[in-house]
Amino acid sequence: MTKIKSFNELKSVQERLKAGRDPKKPCITICVGTGCLAYGTQKLVDNFREELAKRNLAGKIDFRTTGCHGFCERGPMVVIHPDKVFYQRVGLTDAGEIIDKTVLKGEIIDRLCYVDPATGQKVIHEDDVPFYKKQTRLVFGQNSKVDPKSLEDYLAIGGYTALGKALTGMKPEAIIQEVIKANLRGRGGGGFPAGWKWDSTRKAKGDPKYVICNADEGDPGAYMDRSLLEGNPHLVLEGMIIGAYAIGSSQGYIYARNEYPLAIENITLAIKQAREAGLLGENILGSGFSFDVKINRGGGAFVCGESSALFASLEGRAGEPRAKYTHATDKGLYDKPTNLNNVETWANVPFIIDKGADWYASMGTAGSKGTKIFSLVGKINNTGLVEVPMGTKLREIVFDIGGGIPGGKKFKAIQTGGPSGGCIPEKYLDMGVDFDELTKIGSMMGSGGMIVMDEDNCMVNVAKYFTNFLVSESCGKCVPCREGIRRMRDILKDITEGKGKEGDVELLEKMATAIIDGALCALGSSAPNPVLSTIRYFRDEYVAHIKEHRCPAGVCKDLITYSVSAEKCTGCTVCSKVCPTGAASGERKQVHKIDVAKCTKCGACRESCKFEAIIVR
Amino acid sequence: MVNLTIDNKKIEAEAGKTILEVARENGIVIPTLCAHESLEPTGSCRLCVVEVKHGKRTRIVTSCLYEVAEGLIVDTKSERVKAARSLVLQLLLARCPQSEQLQAMAKEMGVEPEPRFTPDKDSNKCILCRMCVRTCEKIVGVSAIGFSYRGTEKNVCTPFQEDSVACIGCGACAYVCPTGHIEMETTESGDARKIWGRTFKMKTCKVCGRYFAPEDQLTYISKKTGTSADDLAVCVSCR
Repeated sequence: MTKIKSFNELKSVQERLKAGRDPKKPCITICVGTGCLAYGTQKLVDNFREELAKRNLAGKIDFRTTGCHGFCERGPMVVIHPDKVFYQRVGLTDAGEIIDKTVLKGEIIDRLCYVDPATGQKVIHEDDVPFYKKQTRLVFGQNSKVDPKSLEDYLAIGGYTALGKALTGMKPEAIIQEVIKANLRGRGGGGFPAGWKWDSTRKAKGDPKYVICNADEGDPGAYMDRSLLEGNPHLVLEGMIIGAYAIGSSQGYIYARNEYPLAIENITLAIKQAREAGLLGENILGSGFSFDVKINRGGGAFVCGESSALFASLEGRAGEPRAKYTHATDKGLYDKPTNLNNVETWANVPFIIDKGADWYASMGTAGSKGTKIFSLVGKINNTGLVEVPMGTKLREIVFDIGGGIPGGKKFKAIQTGGPSGGCIPEKYLDMGVDFDELTKIGSMMGSGGMIVMDEDNCMVNVAKYFTNFLVSESCGKCVPCREGIRRMRDILKDITEGKGKEGDVELLEKMATAIIDGALCALGSSAPNPVLSTIRYFRDEYVAHIKEHRCPAGVCKDLITYSVSAEKCTGCTVCSKVCPTGAASGERKQVHKIDVAKCTKCGACRESCKFEAIIVR
Repeated sequence: MVNLTIDNKKIEAEAGKTILEVARENGIVIPTLCAHESLEPTGSCRLCVVEVKHGKRTRIVTSCLYEVAEGLIVDTKSERVKAARSLVLQLLLARCPQSEQLQAMAKEMGVEPEPRFTPDKDSNKCILCRMCVRTCEKIVGVSAIGFSYRGTEKNVCTPFQEDSVACIGCGACAYVCPTGHIEMETTESGDARKIWGRTFKMKTCKVCGRYFAPEDQLTYISKKTGTSADDLAVCVSCR
């Protein structure tokens, strides 16, 4: 693209691109986010291109590969515009059939339609799918409209308008005031008001000033930042450029983990395109403002998401945090004033500038405005990325959007805030989710991970899992985190193996308090959260493990035995066939038995038994 | 100058100094394992934590890093502080059960080992206070040792655990080590010293004739300071 030299020129480019796109022209969009690619979607993409070419339809039907749509449970996903016919779990060779039947004749292919498990009804149009219907897809919604590799696509939906508006019509101070008024809070974990951070960085003495995008998303099961960066890189970039202009920065960095190859590929391309189009680099849109962005790939250490460790890593040192008695806004990267926000925070900025703070602040709760993207995973029917206004009830997220728990199992807890967040029990399901409410009940927003657990999850085991993650991700600089968390893990391990001792729960609580007080950085001081919140809400499970040597959820192998219910067993022999050690046996149509000496408690028999005849105690 | 209170004692202190520095100047004892007057603070041992009140906010801070401020109220022995310190010491005792220094410190602070922490067998006496690494980098200036791995696996070693060509055998790391973990062996005659797996030839003092420093160290100092090798050939006692 040739250089765009002014906001007016940008507007006319946008108009030209928009005019060149007939909204009535059929367009097949297909998600090529990392999740869908893992289903093998690239083959389907190739299949579509081939089939379109075969039929000489390449000019008559648009075909667009897009970023993640969020409904990852149901990939590969195809949406056919203009009617937005929604096909899910599409076969990798279904392209020809979709073109012939749906695109050309308007016929619906029943087997590819989504069936609402709640009603058993077939859903034809994307907007009617309950998963999407109840979301407010402000930031994430654009993902399904653009090819992340195309600047033209982004411009055609009005992309970079906010940047043009900011650079030509707004003073930096006015932009900061707008972001303060919108009360945009950092989506990376802390929830610090972004506008105030920008203001401090702008006012700080020191030159140059740096603007950084934290794309070091590392929570297990969380991938909203990856999906934004790989699905709509120009949106993130636009937010960063606006921020840099407001702060007075000429150099930006994107710190992305190397495990995100597609995100890095797409943002690298976006930076190149933006530079060529005069949207990045020298004299952006002829405004006299210059700003450029470099990408730094992190090695995937969880701790490098912590600001001071991220700076250390960017500077080429080991990713270790330092005590933050000096704010990064004064002395951050290379000891210069630095403004760090995460991917989702930056992606919110263009909307605030484009539509105004009042409009933005009309969504959300008193203390948390706008929307939040959550990654909904675990024991949930609709695994995927969900964007809802702040304050949406957990129950709506889990049951209305998430479709509830598979297999009719009972909801037990939801873990929010990543490994250093907390487990929230059922009694808080009607709580509105925002930064402050989550903190009040001992969890946190974190970057927005939500892991759903059902009656089959042992909460001591869950605490052990997260603590174990933190043991392996501790940088090892300070004693409470390096030594303390592993000792907590050892005690949790003992408890799950039936070796827990009286007083262990109290010792864990005492250690947790001392670690929170004593650890050097936020990773260390939030590391005891999974233990504390599970003790707070599921203390009886700890007690059952320690005093009764019993795992109520039937998970901890050392505390359970498998047996067969004589009443329920029909002698179907399935258990004996799936049992890998020959522990389950019996004659056809006779009650089966499990030999405890041979049983490895793998659970294969229980999972395969259709009559719920396997008893775990 | 700023006015603050440490353990109910009113103190006037120079702005820019840390709580630890000011406390020590005023005879208030704060235990530390990773602080050294010649090294920049790192805040890794967490023994020096204190409770501060500034305005309405009370919190635990690292006294070796936190600078004094007007109106600051510091409590170096609050229950929260004691709980955090005592856990740190119990954790270190479990990591390095054979360190006499840690045992003495625990005795002084009235901290008993936590029976639920099974003592480690393989960490020797290294508490990862980083003093050796910082000394080698900042004071000696050779960076012969550093850290490898992360978290519980972290350890101090030469790069790739191979013999370090950068090491000059000065032994500063061993002198500064608070727990006696770093071993430096000298032959009976004193003609050689072994540290970090390498053996260094020692030089004799041209006045008294005793072995006094590794040849590599003297060469390094001569190169760095421009002092002739001949001037450096005299031991401290004979200078």
